[in-house]
Amino acid sequence: MHGGRWQTSTVLPRVDKTEHSQAVMTPAPYRIIRRRRETPDTWSLRVEPYDRTVPVRFRPGQFSMLYVFGVGEVPISISGDPARNDYLDFTVRSVGMTTAAICNLRNGKTVGVRGPFGSTWPIEESKGEDIVVIAGGLGLAPVRPILFYTLADRSDYGSMSLLYGARNPEDFLYPKALEGWRGRFDMDVHVTVDHADRNWRSNVGVVTRLIPMANFDPEHTSVFVCGPEIMMRFTVDDLLGIGVSEEKIFISLERNMRCGVGLCGHCQMGPEFICKDGPVFPLSRVKRWFGKREV
Amino acid sequence: MRAIQEQNAFIMEARELNRLIETLAEKGYETIGPTVQQGAILYGHVGSAGDLPAGWSDQQGPGTYRVSENGDSSFFGYVVGPNSGKSFLHPSRETLMQASRKGDLLEFVDDPAPPERYALIGLRPCDVKAIEIQDRVLLEGLYVDRKYKERRDLLFIVTVNCAKPGGTCFCTSMGSGPAADSGYDLALTELNDDRGHRFLVEVGSDSGSELVAALTTKQATAADIDSAGRQADDAAEAISKSIDTTGLREQLYDSLDSPYWEKIGARCLACTNCTMVCPTCFCTNVQDVSDLAGNSAERIQIWDSCFNAEFSGLHGGSVRQSIHSRYRQWMTHKLASWEDQFDTLGCVGCGRCITWCPVGIDITEEANTIRKRAGQLAGTVEDAP
Ligand SMILES: Cc1cc2nc3c(=O)[nH]c(=O)nc-3n(C[C@H](O)[C@H](O)[C@H](O)COP(=O)(O)OP(=O)(O)OC[C@H]3O[C@@H](n4cnc5c(N)ncnc54)[C@H](O)[C@@H]3O)c2cc1C
Ligand code: SF4
Ligand code: SF4
Repeated sequence: MHGGRWQTSTVLPRVDKTEHSQAVMTPAPYRIIRRRRETPDTWSLRVEPYDRTVPVRFRPGQFSMLYVFGVGEVPISISGDPARNDYLDFTVRSVGMTTAAICNLRNGKTVGVRGPFGSTWPIEESKGEDIVVIAGGLGLAPVRPILFYTLADRSDYGSMSLLYGARNPEDFLYPKALEGWRGRFDMDVHVTVDHADRNWRSNVGVVTRLIPMANFDPEHTSVFVCGPEIMMRFTVDDLLGIGVSEEKIFISLERNMRCGVGLCGHCQMGPEFICKDGPVFPLSRVKRWFGKREV
Repeated sequence: MRAIQEQNAFIMEARELNRLIETLAEKGYETIGPTVQQGAILYGHVGSAGDLPAGWSDQQGPGTYRVSENGDSSFFGYVVGPNSGKSFLHPSRETLMQASRKGDLLEFVDDPAPPERYALIGLRPCDVKAIEIQDRVLLEGLYVDRKYKERRDLLFIVTVNCAKPGGTCFCTSMGSGPAADSGYDLALTELNDDRGHRFLVEVGSDSGSELVAALTTKQATAADIDSAGRQADDAAEAISKSIDTTGLREQLYDSLDSPYWEKIGARCLACTNCTMVCPTCFCTNVQDVSDLAGNSAERIQIWDSCFNAEFSGLHGGSVRQSIHSRYRQWMTHKLASWEDQFDTLGCVGCGRCITWCPVGIDITEEANTIRKRAGQLAGTVEDAP
């Protein structure tokens, strides 16, 4: 690889290049086997390959390019359990033409899948550390695989916290799973909303307010952050302020992507291609660019 | 002076150029070379040496381009027009894959069209370097552009070293000219002096050497080599534009917040011309289209530009709203971040972006101004160019 001086990250080695014989811009057909409405405009989809003998593999933090016949293709994070190699889960918010078409696909219909692509949350390297996962809105989808993974080997980690903020109470993703995590004695879950009516009995305000409530040792903690860029900026500032090192704060960035594999040029931020160098970066690697206007 | 190896250099009479083109065509190559079209010198199909713009020259400056006939007998008396090897190897429109639907079932296949087998004849040394740069982007990364690779594997390159640089050239700053030192199958130097009209031919590959064997040539003499070397030196002398590239990357990174970008942004029309004509710019978009019956669909790749607002579009708006931020992205990519990504700058100094910019924005002047201002901030005015 070129650009050796940037390779200081502790991001996990990526899954090998996609292993189907076709060109990297040609999708593989997957069938929708389950769909579930998460919020008024967001759906979770479970898909399996036509060819069920091919194991499906991904690492937490990676994304796929999802194609709807004749409509378009968009990057979507893989939100399911990395231990399962028979299906992939995605959580999609309908914001435009392609995402609306994806959310409208019924069971049994086909979606084209390319990937998995991109870098991963370094959860392997974080063994022995306290883990803090901070998500805003739809940002819970790309970090959920971290929870599946770490909870499967819970004793490998120190304390575990999930801090999750959404606009309204009805915007929380995965309410059942959230309930399950909150019920665990070995995990610390705090949620907040921007706006709430009287029935809401928990925190109101931005997600950064939850940081002081979590129990962790800033010097021995890996923090994984995903949400709107503005939310990540404030979160990162607070984390640095309490002494978490910039090498141990990981963020997942979003940019326009057309190819997902570093060929189309759209996702660049300074020297980084968000699709293949990211989407997950240690803050130390991208701090020169992260938060700079219009880069 | 350039070191040309005598045993690797041949002399070919000017009229033999036709045989060179025909032999490539006989070998199954689609022969592409400079032609006069629509008032410009464009690479296009050439069937014989008669199709080349002999006796034509071009005049270029910021925002201006003209061609004229000067009656000279030289085949290659001009520099570069608006298109380049990119137009053939990484074309502006390309089908990537096809999808077909039967009920709920979809099938995807790579686009089956066989790759073209191009011979690019008369490519300038900067354009040869541009292909090497696109190779790094499209072939040598984590993933490969399949169609580019297929065409690249079959490609034959005949470059022609420059005798007279154009008004916007600065290849000497980018180490890409005026004479080629690698990346070609054959390199020609057109010599048209009192010892006759002839080409010095340098061989750069086995297929190049095979082609030379099929032509009538003789070993080059020390005098021929001397003439070719002097011609290259004179061409290098005649180049007026330059960018000082030492430390440029860091200086551009340090200047991201410079107010000067806004000055450039106020002139730039975001027309995308500079990116379209640039031989190294590689960015693309895809379009997914289906037939009327809705049973088959295609994915088409088209050139895109970082000067388009939608290029950086996200839900909620574009990342680069202002035109100056798009110009900053473009220039810092070419002259700074490209180096981090691909171990080379993304510019070969062909001057096209200067010539074809409708308002004459000049990357060399702008880069040098940014450097100078950065230098002043750092208190090193006397070092600034
Ligand atoms: C690495 C990555 C992971 C993502 N994960 C998820 C996920 O798990 N769930 C989810 O719902 N969304 C996710 N997104 C965002 C999703 O890709 C966009 O919402 C989607 O591309 C919009 O496409 P559209 O055709 O529906 O909208 P369009 O009709 O194309 O446009 C709607 C708006 O979205 C903008 N847009 C176009 N492309 C993108 C893009 N690549 N990213 C963001 N906005 C874009 C358009 O400019 C426009 O303003 C992710 C994006 C990235 C880069
Ligand atoms: S940036 Fe301008 S001078 Fe440099 S290679 Fe591209 S078109 Fe040529
Ligand atoms: S720099 Fe010139 S050519 Fe490039 S987009 Fe701006 S106006 Fe167009």
